[in-house]
Amino acid sequence: MTATTLPDPATSPGPLARREGESEWSIVWRRLRRKRLAMIALGVIGLIYGLGLFAPLLAPYSYNEINLDRSLEGPSRDHLLGTDRLGRDMLSRTMYSARTTIIVTTAVVLSGSLIIGNVLGLLAGYRGGWVDTLVMRLGDIFSGLPSLIMLILINVTLGPRVTEAMRWVEDHTFIDGLVASGFASYMLVFGALSLFFWVGTARIIRAQVLTLRENDFVLAAESSGAGPWRIIRYHLLPNVSFLIILSVSATLGGIAGSEIVLTWFGVGVQPPAASFGAMLFEGSGPRTFQANPHLLLVPGAVVTALLFAFNLLGDALNDAIRAR
Amino acid sequence: MGAYIVRRLAWLPLILFVVSFATFTLARYGPGDPISVAAGQIRDPEVLERVRAERGLDRPIPQQYVTWVTKAIQGDFGESYLQQGFSVSELIFPRMWISAQLGFVALIIVFAVGIPLGLLAARLAGTWMDPMIIGTLLFLQAIPVLVVIPPLTWLFAVELGWLPVGGWDGIFHVWWIGGVIAIPVPDPHLYIPLVAFTLPGFVGVARLVRVSALEVNLSDYVRTARAKGLSETAVQFRHVLPNSLLPLITVVGFALAGIIEGALFVETLLGINGIGRFTFEAVTSRDYDIILATTVIFATVFVLTNLLAEICYGFVDPRVRIGASRG
Repeated sequence: MTATTLPDPATSPGPLARREGESEWSIVWRRLRRKRLAMIALGVIGLIYGLGLFAPLLAPYSYNEINLDRSLEGPSRDHLLGTDRLGRDMLSRTMYSARTTIIVTTAVVLSGSLIIGNVLGLLAGYRGGWVDTLVMRLGDIFSGLPSLIMLILINVTLGPRVTEAMRWVEDHTFIDGLVASGFASYMLVFGALSLFFWVGTARIIRAQVLTLRENDFVLAAESSGAGPWRIIRYHLLPNVSFLIILSVSATLGGIAGSEIVLTWFGVGVQPPAASFGAMLFEGSGPRTFQANPHLLLVPGAVVTALLFAFNLLGDALNDAIRAR
Repeated sequence: MGAYIVRRLAWLPLILFVVSFATFTLARYGPGDPISVAAGQIRDPEVLERVRAERGLDRPIPQQYVTWVTKAIQGDFGESYLQQGFSVSELIFPRMWISAQLGFVALIIVFAVGIPLGLLAARLAGTWMDPMIIGTLLFLQAIPVLVVIPPLTWLFAVELGWLPVGGWDGIFHVWWIGGVIAIPVPDPHLYIPLVAFTLPGFVGVARLVRVSALEVNLSDYVRTARAKGLSETAVQFRHVLPNSLLPLITVVGFALAGIIEGALFVETLLGINGIGRFTFEAVTSRDYDIILATTVIFATVFVLTNLLAEICYGFVDPRVRIGASRG
């Protein structure tokens, strides 16, 4: 937005200008690479996601290995970040919590942003008329609600139902361990989050499609008899796909934060699955902090670093894309 | 203008209907029939059945909804199942008052600090200070409230003993000097919750002010003001500030949302007897009628604020209402 007052990098010659035949993705990446903060943020996100992704290989202990003899210890050679109330290794818990964050953010981005948001945005933008009105008004309603409170309500009331359903599946099929592994709670969390995290993507995509559909190539496709789905799939989607990264980066922090908060409330990912929310809950309270500050500081520092990195990256991406 | 307001207001009942119906249905599908929870040891199915019929819980959901809405509009949200003998509104409204006071003060501070910081950042654009200010505020936003509060209470309440550990005792205390002069001072219970509430909010306001101030700083009338020799402070406050404030109306809604949601954690962690902590307790004890009431009230406040912000925006900026009538 600041581009209106500063010299526009897209028109002024220089390293930011568009090169002949270059794809949108590579322009954005080239501009992003020039921002040191964005690269650091990307590094932090990469590190935390890497640790989470390879947690089963890297973690020194299991996330649920209880050792009551060594509960509430500070950092030591055996336990680099100390242990929690049940003597579980904090470093391993942190890595597995990052894994939970990865699972939830990825699932919600896929289902909420990429599928629901994208499809509705494309449809609304291309079809216009009542489809457009319906989708946008639905978006208005969803974005006009206090999402956290609605999410808590959804998880409180539907949680046991989902668990019941999963139990039924376990009893009637060969699939096993759905409830015990916490799969039910993961499903619920990302189902509920997807409901609230499609609106941003849909709005961005719709706005872009509104201008795209006036182009000659859409008219050409229409006049050669292409149906709406074909036009959306082959002509519009490839032209908006780079914009999706913008909305994804803007919502990642919100998704990760929501999961943490829901779990802190006791309605998100269920124990024994590891989550930053559960870890933070265990460390809260001034007396607990006085006696065992590492319970709060370890997950707190990781979460803050992750959310800060999401913020910085989102900002930088926004600049890089808007400056086209 | 009248048509614009009417068009905006026309949405209100629909949104409120969708919210309350969805919430109601969800709450009724929740596990653990409230009657059997409240009954505890009484396991006589006949008695349970009779109570259920008395409270209308055996009727179809839409019918129950209509009954509930009719009463809710009159301020009657039913009876708490777990705190027997208290009506939900009796429990909720005093707590809402506490939360509203706290939220209002927090909202004022967010704007009172965020606006000057945004102006400053715009003024220092091009130097290292501008990204520094915004970066710091972004960092503050990234620290979860859950992480901020325990160290603060430990340091200021437990270790130094300057502030109370938690609780709530009104906004102001009055200091009497010689029994004649009354000086209102902020209550010490206020500081920690206010810090927790406001830290994440500054960046949104500051950034928006910064962006519009950048534009205003380059406009002709600001150049004229500078050319005629007005001091920089006067230029900033007389010309830049009023013209940069317009977009802020749109963030009032967001800021309020942050505060409403923040109340859930701040009040719970600090033992403030407000609506947020109450919701937390209702969620942990699965008191559905209270969860239902607080969700609907939260959503209504939220929707109304956004609507009010939109109408104000249309009021001060005619372009908005013309655009809305076309699109």
